[in-house]
Amino acid sequence: MRLINRRPDRTAGLLLAILPFALVLLAYVLGSAERLAENPADKLLPSLATIGDAIVRVAFTADPRTGDYILWADTLASLERLASALALSTLIALVAGLLIGLLPGVRALLASFVGMVSMVPPLALLPILFIVLGLGETSKIALIVIGVTPFLIRDLAMRVQELPREQIIKAETLGATTWQIALRIVLPQILPRLIDGVRLSLGPAFLFLIAAEAIAADSGLGYRIFLVRRYLAMDVILPYVAWITLLSVIMDFALAKLRDVAFPWFGGAK
Amino acid sequence: MTAIQVEHLWKEYGDQIVLENIFLDFAPRSFVALVGPSGCGKTTFLRILLSEEKATRGRVLIDGKPLAGEPGADRGVVFQRYSVFPHLTVLGNVLLAAEIPGAPFTGRLFGAARRRAQEEARALIAEVGLTGAEDKYPAALSGGMQQRLALAQAIMRKPKILLLDEPFGALDPGIRGDIHALMLKLWHSCEMSVVMVTHDLKEAFTLATRVIAFERKRNRSEERERFGATIAHDIEVWPKRIAGQPRINPSDRDGPISPEDTGRDDPALLSV
Repeated sequence: MRLINRRPDRTAGLLLAILPFALVLLAYVLGSAERLAENPADKLLPSLATIGDAIVRVAFTADPRTGDYILWADTLASLERLASALALSTLIALVAGLLIGLLPGVRALLASFVGMVSMVPPLALLPILFIVLGLGETSKIALIVIGVTPFLIRDLAMRVQELPREQIIKAETLGATTWQIALRIVLPQILPRLIDGVRLSLGPAFLFLIAAEAIAADSGLGYRIFLVRRYLAMDVILPYVAWITLLSVIMDFALAKLRDVAFPWFGGAK
Repeated sequence: MTAIQVEHLWKEYGDQIVLENIFLDFAPRSFVALVGPSGCGKTTFLRILLSEEKATRGRVLIDGKPLAGEPGADRGVVFQRYSVFPHLTVLGNVLLAAEIPGAPFTGRLFGAARRRAQEEARALIAEVGLTGAEDKYPAALSGGMQQRLALAQAIMRKPKILLLDEPFGALDPGIRGDIHALMLKLWHSCEMSVVMVTHDLKEAFTLATRVIAFERKRNRSEERERFGATIAHDIEVWPKRIAGQPRINPSDRDGPISPEDTGRDDPALLSV
């Protein structure tokens, strides 16, 4: 049978999916064991037990100085920044993207401007943001918004323009005004596409978040990683990286679920 | 009662002439089929009637008044594809045609008005044979059912003119026969004129009161740019179909001969 026709069954599929994870873990354990055998004080590849201790320390032991559980305090601080930035970006993108996609006048006014702005490297603006907005939360949220919004606007404007012209004409022949077309035809059809856009920008959003936290913050996941880097504390950095990844995966999955539940027609219409 | 007059109509794209000096006069309640080879401008003509395209020269009058500059509720349309809204259920699609005029700001009806509109929509859905599918999304419907839905949605708005752009072209012959019967029923029962583009001659003669063939008379390669399509044939379909008077036994011209069908013009058949 040709390879293209050989499909793994459920069990085999699951095993295959787990395999790369298991291999990476195995490689790590072997490498770590080898290095620790040579030098028990090695900090580069700590053993799983050491990492476990570090997790217990940051996640389940109150910090003696502040009384906080560090991991959860960091997570809360980071997610607060991320959520408010994404909410703001999404709202701006929804309005701007819809207007640019639907109204030729607004497209002529804004499309090339947004295209240009989206090419500005956001990290290069970070110093300006710190100077203008100070080192507080505002500048971090602003960095994420600046980094993510132009992409979302362009994506959404394109999705609006991709709607078949026939649909818009059909709505016009039902007597719909521009407002009614936006409200009843375009908006409901781009919301699931907006969710997909937000899913795609989760990665960049985390990148900007961690970059901002690394440079100036007193809490947050990125702040912690860059803080303990000074002590070569791989036993903390590695779980933090895994935790950040897991957070992104959960958010991505939750958004996909939300899209499927809220817009049941979307899967079939694509 | 809606008459359409087309006077002196030219359509050019840059140097390319597509339609050349078209004169047409459609009687109220007529069912006109536009036929012709691909690229002869029949769809362009329909798009002009829809105000999606502007005529380069000449004008179109509806009941003596010039055509509006953009598509409007006086002219309903069914395209070959994408005529229904994928994010609305069957009922939602038909209901939308009542919600738009009924609720300018929210685009939604509530309470008694909604119930009334729903009743009307359900009746129409039943008339086009989609009973039981009210809560399905269009993606779950077959091509024929989607076109039935598109017809119901267009008719719910009570257009004076219904424009059809190869609406049944993608359907298989059996389904097409059923939907033809539906189309005739709707034309008989609704106060509207129909203009249909089709490349299927049999379909044209099965449905229409009048068949108009577009053709490029000069089609040599050096002539093609500078000569557009004109009306090559304008055929009154016989026996006459009259809107609102469905024939009792409408036999299909290409179908098996039915001896009871007095509509046929060959008396020899009657003596069999």
